[in-house]
Amino acid sequence: MSRRLAHILVAAAFAALVAVAFSRVNYAWNWSAVWEYRDKFIQGWLTTVALSLAALVASTAIGAVASVCLQSRNVLVEAVGRVYVELIRGTPLLVQLLIGFYVIANAVGLENRFVVGVLVLSLFSGAYMAEIFRGGLAAIPQTQRDSARAIGLTPWQSLRLVILPQAVRLVLPAVAGQLVSLVKDSSLLSVIAISEFTLNAQEVNAVTYSTLESFLPLAAGYLVLTLPLSALSRWLEGRFRYEA
Amino acid sequence: MKLEIAELTQRFGATTVLDRLSLSTGDIQALVLVGPSGGGKSTLLRILAGLDVPVAGSVAFDGAALPRDEEALRRYRRTVGTVFQAYNLFPHLSALDNLLLPLVHVHGLSRQAALDRVREPLERFQLMPHASKRPAELSGGQKQRIAILRALVVQPQRIFLDEPTSALDPEMTAEVLEMIGELKALGTQLVLVTHEMGFARRVADEVAFIGEGRVLAHGAAGFMFDHCPEPRVRGFFDRIVA
Repeated sequence: MSRRLAHILVAAAFAALVAVAFSRVNYAWNWSAVWEYRDKFIQGWLTTVALSLAALVASTAIGAVASVCLQSRNVLVEAVGRVYVELIRGTPLLVQLLIGFYVIANAVGLENRFVVGVLVLSLFSGAYMAEIFRGGLAAIPQTQRDSARAIGLTPWQSLRLVILPQAVRLVLPAVAGQLVSLVKDSSLLSVIAISEFTLNAQEVNAVTYSTLESFLPLAAGYLVLTLPLSALSRWLEGRFRYEA
Repeated sequence: MKLEIAELTQRFGATTVLDRLSLSTGDIQALVLVGPSGGGKSTLLRILAGLDVPVAGSVAFDGAALPRDEEALRRYRRTVGTVFQAYNLFPHLSALDNLLLPLVHVHGLSRQAALDRVREPLERFQLMPHASKRPAELSGGQKQRIAILRALVVQPQRIFLDEPTSALDPEMTAEVLEMIGELKALGTQLVLVTHEMGFARRVADEVAFIGEGRVLAHGAAGFMFDHCPEPRVRGFFDRIVA
């Protein structure tokens, strides 16, 4: 049996199981009420896509800079990186969002919720990225750096031609996992009243009292974003494949 | 080449690896460094290859002193080749791309010019059939021969080899040593660290015995292997042969 076929079969079996469970719940389905609000779903989903894309780029950049800090020989720079990573990874995103929006953004006069949301989400995800990148670079053996120096490469060439191409392959699965998390974590931006996918689904539920009809499309909407991310990661892994 | 080393000292933390080591060779083509593990051979070779900077002392090839700043050392490294014990090659590149990388990115050749440059040596050393393979698909001996070729194709003044066969089985060792022997025959200058005493005797013009961070004995190959009066050297050779 091919791998793809196996995936489809298992997904179908799982869907059947869920369908059976749903059929046993005594629940009065009312899709028409939710259908009225389809534009709100689409608008929320598009906002989530925009949030995620912006945070995806920003968190990768922040993670790259922070991982450089973590490896700095300057103790002060290293300390900045380390405190950032530990503080962010050790506290809930919810708290970071509330403090970031109602305290810090307020203090500096930043009023655009979307910008603040993307910033906080990127800083949150960037801390995880930083450790992933640091681990990937540290896993490249010293002999590779020696070889690069021995043939006369500059440090920048060594990074670009020797270290990064190998590190990319090592960090791809972890980065993909982190990006999938980021897409789902963007749902928390609802607490600072960004009208993204999750908040809009909650609002539809509040108006229609159709809880499952509001939230099932939500799950599907996130899967539409996260499954291609996973597929892209696997495809890239294949492209970068070589035995060390 | 004529190598002059004066009072060379290298420390790692509290450990002194090279202890005011001095050596002056004749005008020779191949110098072999032998001696016990931990004696300082590899440390010395890394300094000669411009990879590490000693804490004190000086090194000069043919009267030209090795620089101490990284920028100048990088320019120096571009004029020499270095082969390590193992894992030299870049695993994400094919054997061919491993050869092309320094030519294109360090020595400024076009890809076509670089391809023209590597074709003849690839054929000479029977490595053409393996050119498109990644290092993981090559045997240990093939990997090391590609690594030697990568050092060779930039047309260096000399090649440094740090125990190039100690990670290989006897058959692969033979094919790599044969290649190094050919380099010697082609006129390439060599500085070689090895435990292959039979090969050292064949290829070396001079042999330096490095132990305890110093040169314990030094001379022509025949003298060193057969008539060296230094007891620590005699004892070492006797143990190796036995």
